Amino acid sequence: MIEWFTTVQVVVACAAGILCLVLGLAGRVPGDLSMGAVALVELLLLAQLVVAIVAPAVGNQPSGSLAEFYIYLISALILPLAGGFWALIERNRWSTVILGGVCLAIAVMVYRMGQIWFVQGA
Amino acid sequence: MSGVGRVLVFVYGVLALAATGRSVFQIIDRFHEAPVAFTLSALAAVVYIVATVALIAPGRVWYRVAWVTISFELVGVLVIGSLSLFAPAALGLHDIDPFGRDATVWSVYGMGYLFIPLALPILGLLWLRGHRPVDAGDDGNRDAPTTSGAAS
Repeated sequence: MIEWFTTVQVVVACAAGILCLVLGLAGRVPGDLSMGAVALVELLLLAQLVVAIVAPAVGNQPSGSLAEFYIYLISALILPLAGGFWALIERNRWSTVILGGVCLAIAVMVYRMGQIWFVQGA
Repeated sequence: MSGVGRVLVFVYGVLALAATGRSVFQIIDRFHEAPVAFTLSALAAVVYIVATVALIAPGRVWYRVAWVTISFELVGVLVIGSLSLFAPAALGLHDIDPFGRDATVWSVYGMGYLFIPLALPILGLLWLRGHRPVDAGDDGNRDAPTTSGAAS
């Protein structure tokens, strides 16, 4: 894991989450903006997956449990897909709120992943 | 089910995922360290999954299942939360750190999960109280334009 990239990811996920919550509570159905924000969060997670695969090979070892790290990462990767499908099927404001919930949950999970990689066991 | 109920189901789903992932990992990786706590952790995960299903599934039986599971969660988070705080040894915990390696979804009233495990059963029970199933097969939404016994 790369520390600055992890920070960027948490900040983006929080921003996307708050954006979707606000849009949803304002009565907006899932649209390009909210779905785009979630897509960005998912894209960063995919980048994180690549980083996590490459990092140990170039000497960037996690201090904590790699298995626990991957449980979080894989769960996080699934969430935007589930939320996105839900938003495509259920076209109402609450789906936008749920997209916000997905992003905030991912922010917490990425933070936790950072703790496992950098803090746990160190 | 409509509106806010969907958000409730979603949050239950995420918590079920979180509790399941964590307890499975803890049981595989270090069950011997705190068997009582990790068993309770797994039990909590299963109850969250059943509660999520019960909130989605229609009908009186599932409504009752939802009541039982969500009440169980409230009791669980209060009892285990108190034990983890005041008598961690009873659960075989080594410390009261809600983010530590022995921590479970109910430790210190769900502090490691932003107290969502404490708030959620209360919100769930309030939601259930306002959404009794009108008829068998009804989805529990009292705003639905159904009258008892009406058949189309």
